Amino acid sequence: MSIATPPVAPATTTDQLLHFEDVAMTFPNGTTALSGVSLTVNRGEFVTVVGPSGCGKSTLLRIASGLTPATEGVTQVDTSRIGYVFQDATLLPWRDVQSNVELLAELNGKPKKDRQKTAKEAIDLVGLTGFEKHLPRTLSGGMKMRTSLARSLTLDPELFLFDEPFGALDEITRERLNDELIKLFTEQQFAGLFITHSVSEAVYLSTKVVVMSGRPGKIVDEFPVEFPFPRDPDIRFTAEFAELCGQVSHALREGHH
Amino acid sequence: MTTTPPAPPKNRTLMRPATVRTTKNRTATWLPPIAVFAGVLAIWYAISYLILDEKRRFLMPPPHEVLAAFFDPKTFNELVVALGRTTFVALIGLAVAIVIGVLWAIAMSQAKWVERSLYPYAVVLQCIPILALVPLIGFWFGFDYPARIIVCVMIALFPMVSNTLFGLQSVDRGQRELFQLQRANRWTVLTKLEFPAALPAIFAGMRISAGLAVVGAIVGDFFFRRGDPGLGSLLSTYTSRLQSAELFAAIITAALLGVAIFAIFGWIGKRVVGRWYDFSAS
Repeated sequence: MSIATPPVAPATTTDQLLHFEDVAMTFPNGTTALSGVSLTVNRGEFVTVVGPSGCGKSTLLRIASGLTPATEGVTQVDTSRIGYVFQDATLLPWRDVQSNVELLAELNGKPKKDRQKTAKEAIDLVGLTGFEKHLPRTLSGGMKMRTSLARSLTLDPELFLFDEPFGALDEITRERLNDELIKLFTEQQFAGLFITHSVSEAVYLSTKVVVMSGRPGKIVDEFPVEFPFPRDPDIRFTAEFAELCGQVSHALREGHH
Repeated sequence: MTTTPPAPPKNRTLMRPATVRTTKNRTATWLPPIAVFAGVLAIWYAISYLILDEKRRFLMPPPHEVLAAFFDPKTFNELVVALGRTTFVALIGLAVAIVIGVLWAIAMSQAKWVERSLYPYAVVLQCIPILALVPLIGFWFGFDYPARIIVCVMIALFPMVSNTLFGLQSVDRGQRELFQLQRANRWTVLTKLEFPAALPAIFAGMRISAGLAVVGAIVGDFFFRRGDPGLGSLLSTYTSRLQSAELFAAIITAALLGVAIFAIFGWIGKRVVGRWYDFSAS
């Protein structure tokens, strides 16, 4: 089986953006969250990590972003443009949508004109045009997540880290945001590392699904996903999709015992 | 996108039919406080006339005598002038307490060791009987406005320190990491994240401190009884002269000042952060 190649930047698919080699993480209290994890994310790839709750999936992202250093192994990040989408939207409640989206550029000392422009574009990309002046408290969960996504997009990331971003949303909203994420992935040419515990979300979004076992988190299996991009929402109802979901679920169950 | 934002949470009462709600609620809002007020007046009259005989009625003069004392031109004049002076001391004291309290809390929020070193003193300040210190403060700083303001600050300070510190430390972990990922420095984190996030707690602290500042402004003056008389001196004078109707009028004036300052700071807080923070939820 060959790894599916999205229509974007096919020439650079082998460019490595993130590489973990035998990474392990033991917390000061003695809990081992990860052990012996090796994983590579290349340009043009969208890798999803599925695993039971508490298996250290999120820790992997924290290590990649530099928030928490790993206790063992090598972590190599080959870009400085990293987007990070948290589990919660983490919007600042006193700022409206526009100014929340401008925040990262503001923290990086970009001039006001530039950041207004990039923010406008990002807001447009996530379909929130017209809501610039709205405060987070007046937005639905899905719209908050879009704002959070737009905020990261302003960094023009080469590598996008997603920490279960749609976990708290209802299924309809989640599916719609999955479609928009695929659209963004196809158009914006970033590589993605996406954490989720939803098997169908994992299969639908990614070029590769990585299955992790329960604590301590280890990679137990990998499944390349070959459906072409941009993905047709109806592939969710095909036999191949169901088959692949079945294999991933099976691997998850195996890894759990 | 066609989704419209959901209504802010305060509209949840709209579940009930709107017409019933407005009329019913208006009565429901005003009736209990009025009923309590009438009840208090009734008990007051009962004590003045049924429990106390005429010789001892000065212990609790009936409401209309208090009112008459209040509007007696001489007393009224004294009260208004004293009220002005006390308000002045309370507002200056409150302003100083806000500035010191916020700076103190910011200093403690910067490092755990600073918090460990300084917080005990905030607690001590809260626990020592300020009343016992009042005469000392008089000896050290004289018996005029500066000493009154110092007493006022000492009484009003603690809620500002503790509330601001709580607010600064209550910032969501994800929001902190968002700043950390952009390598924001301490000053940026403080000004763009911690301080705005702490504003609701700071305003809650201000309301409490506002009430205490009025008490503080009266306490110093009550003990010193020197210089321009404020409400504290008047209370002290009326007590020593057994002018109980005037004393009650002065007590009520002091209470109203406290309520007014409390309400004003509640209003300012709502104006500043009510846009994004729901005070009723906390």
